Amino acid sequence: MELGFTHHQSAHCENGVASNLLKHNGFDISEPMIFGIGSGLFFVYIPFLKVNHAPAVSYRPMPGTIFNKAAKRLGFSVKRVKFSNPKAAEKALDENLKNNIPTGLQVGVYGLTYFPDEYRFHFNAHNCVVYGKTETDYLVSDPVMETVTTLTHKDLEKVRFAKGAFAPKGQMYYPTSIPKQADLPQAILKGIKETCRDMLAPVPIVGVKGIRTVARLIPKWAAKHGTKITNHYLAQIVRMQEEIGTGGGGFRFIYAAFLQEAAVILKNDQLKVLSLEMTKIGDLWRDFAVNASRVYKNRSTQTDVYNTLSKEMLHIADLEEDFFKKLKKAIS
Amino acid sequence: MKKNEVPQDEGNLSKSNMKELVYATDENGDYTTALSSGWEPKSIALSNSLEDINERIADALARVKEGKASPIVYFMERNKMDLNILAGYVNMWKWRIKKHFKPKVFAGLSDRVLQRYADAFEITLAELKKFKAE
Repeated sequence: MELGFTHHQSAHCENGVASNLLKHNGFDISEPMIFGIGSGLFFVYIPFLKVNHAPAVSYRPMPGTIFNKAAKRLGFSVKRVKFSNPKAAEKALDENLKNNIPTGLQVGVYGLTYFPDEYRFHFNAHNCVVYGKTETDYLVSDPVMETVTTLTHKDLEKVRFAKGAFAPKGQMYYPTSIPKQADLPQAILKGIKETCRDMLAPVPIVGVKGIRTVARLIPKWAAKHGTKITNHYLAQIVRMQEEIGTGGGGFRFIYAAFLQEAAVILKNDQLKVLSLEMTKIGDLWRDFAVNASRVYKNRSTQTDVYNTLSKEMLHIADLEEDFFKKLKKAIS
Repeated sequence: MKKNEVPQDEGNLSKSNMKELVYATDENGDYTTALSSGWEPKSIALSNSLEDINERIADALARVKEGKASPIVYFMERNKMDLNILAGYVNMWKWRIKKHFKPKVFAGLSDRVLQRYADAFEITLAELKKFKAE
């Protein structure tokens, strides 16, 4: 059984699934639009949560929130179901396919056999769409892949019931109602407002302040844990910032693309200017990744390199603080 | 990032012919998408993580060999797991798993308990029981 479903490659899995499912339901919306309306731009440092033996740093909010917020603001509803029993999860998915509903799934990356081995980590916040089933396989549209792919029945069960942080618990989701006409300008404004609020939040681990906290920690890690661990932490930050799914520069480029689209819809030229500014900030994040990678490649032992990186990140934080203040003004 | 500056380095993706989508600006400064085969700073970051894992595996193997750790430690590292993830897969408390890290405790484990580990590591019960660090 195969449902007609058009696969579009995207940068980030969650926005990609959201955008692909909505397009399938006749609501044409781009990935950056979903990202911006769903307030996808974020920064958080969670010292007590260890990912691959390094403190967690994320450039995006919790899995699921972007789609949920976008849905709320655009006025469509998403049904989400979790399961404790794999058999029930399979039955529910098959039922959906029978009813002609391509279905979004939260899955663990470790069991995705179509990914290169190097990319298979225990990371559970990945998303894909299942749009059909054969005797042996499920037909899978994974938005970060160029084309559609498949997983065996057993492998799909495994990735749906991957364990660890953010365990998917078989979660499946799909839009249940699509508005004929969404209030796009209002949704965009709401999305931008929340992003400004989050990025300027007076919390030391969130947004611009979170970036500053991490920046100040870099030389401290070096002093306390030595270069090996510090380099491992830095590599982890760069991976969260640049790995598949971010569209580059810790999502800053996707956000700039969103602002550009938003400028046209809201007829607000100021947003176009800010889009260019966000692109420049994204470029600086890319430079940071280049410089950080030089540090852990050369295994330089000077403490000064960590201070330099720290300053670089603090500079980005200053620019972002200024940026989000301007963005807030531009839409009020 | 400008479209003509989108990196096309040899990377972990290009080995398997995968390309990822990135957002970049065209000659007019308008946003568009482009495919990238890889970017060196990313490859280095990923290699760094993989090296770290390989070191952990080698270290675990050495400790199993010295009789300081049970095979569970080795298989946990080989599957890129940590204690939290393993606890999720075998559905046991972390403190209980920690006890099983000791070779003496491991030797006395029932097949039923060992089977849960074998399933988590996707190996057979025999492979787990007869594991010798060479």
